[in-house]
Amino acid sequence: MTYDIVFVVASVVAIAAALMVVLSPNPFISALSLIANLIALATLYLLLQSDFLAAAQVIVYAGAVMIMFLFVTAYLGGRADEPTGDRPVWQTFAALIAAAAIVAEIVFGVGRQDFLHGATVSNAFGAPQAIAATFLGRYVLAFEATSVLLLVAAIGGVVLATQRPAMREVGEPGVFEVDRPERVPSLQSSVMEAETHFDVVTATARRDGEDGEADD
Amino acid sequence: MHIGVAWFISVSAILFGIGLYGVFTRRSPLILLLSVEIMLNACNLSLISFSRYLGQQSGQVFALVVMAVAASEVVVGLGLVVAVARRKADLDVDRMTGLRH
Repeated sequence: MTYDIVFVVASVVAIAAALMVVLSPNPFISALSLIANLIALATLYLLLQSDFLAAAQVIVYAGAVMIMFLFVTAYLGGRADEPTGDRPVWQTFAALIAAAAIVAEIVFGVGRQDFLHGATVSNAFGAPQAIAATFLGRYVLAFEATSVLLLVAAIGGVVLATQRPAMREVGEPGVFEVDRPERVPSLQSSVMEAETHFDVVTATARRDGEDGEADD
Repeated sequence: MHIGVAWFISVSAILFGIGLYGVFTRRSPLILLLSVEIMLNACNLSLISFSRYLGQQSGQVFALVVMAVAASEVVVGLGLVVAVARRKADLDVDRMTGLRH
């Protein structure tokens, strides 16, 4: 009986929070509702005897990922708001129909099956030891691929977030100027004096000329 | 009434539908990412339900991999959003047509 009540409450909270995420015009409320949704889902995982995944869900999602979302929302400020301007009404209708079709399809398909009698499992099911034995045993290749994926994502995040000086064309085509930060006068800076204004066409011509002289 | 795995799958389907609706109708890239997160979590719920139903750990391992993929997706997606915002472009997926042929 308690199981049923917990299931109903967690499901209702998860669905209501998901609706808030999708329908709220305020991005902060959307992000906070997603945290409620994730915690309700973690409760459902607990009902399914997946203790480790419930903990991972709360720590990884509700903890790390959502904090990142909130940081970016705060950084963007008002620009994170929903853009104004109308969309054609048929788009909303089409989205509703597509979503309803998928839900109806799955619920209908699942409802016809007899899924009542699940396997009987021991208490060790879903414990960290059992998951580790499967993940690092049979699925060790997936484990390694996941670690490479996370590394690539970290590098991608750094590359995307790094601010590079933008090259802009000044005056005639082919002439570029680059903004560089002010250099602190030092021995090194006087040795490595960087050009802030350069002319690609004449520089190439000069180099070609030097090459020609070397050939002579 | 016995709550079987079919109920969990139904909740997962409803969550997936809500996420799908969000991806189709919202225009702020941040909300789009949040909707994709809802869809990924709906898939996780069905994976874990069937893992429990079959009494095998494989579904849970899948769900862990999905979590890692979702984290990577968020890192790159938010990086793109910040990069676009820094270039003073509009944060509107309907207007981000710079890569369109």
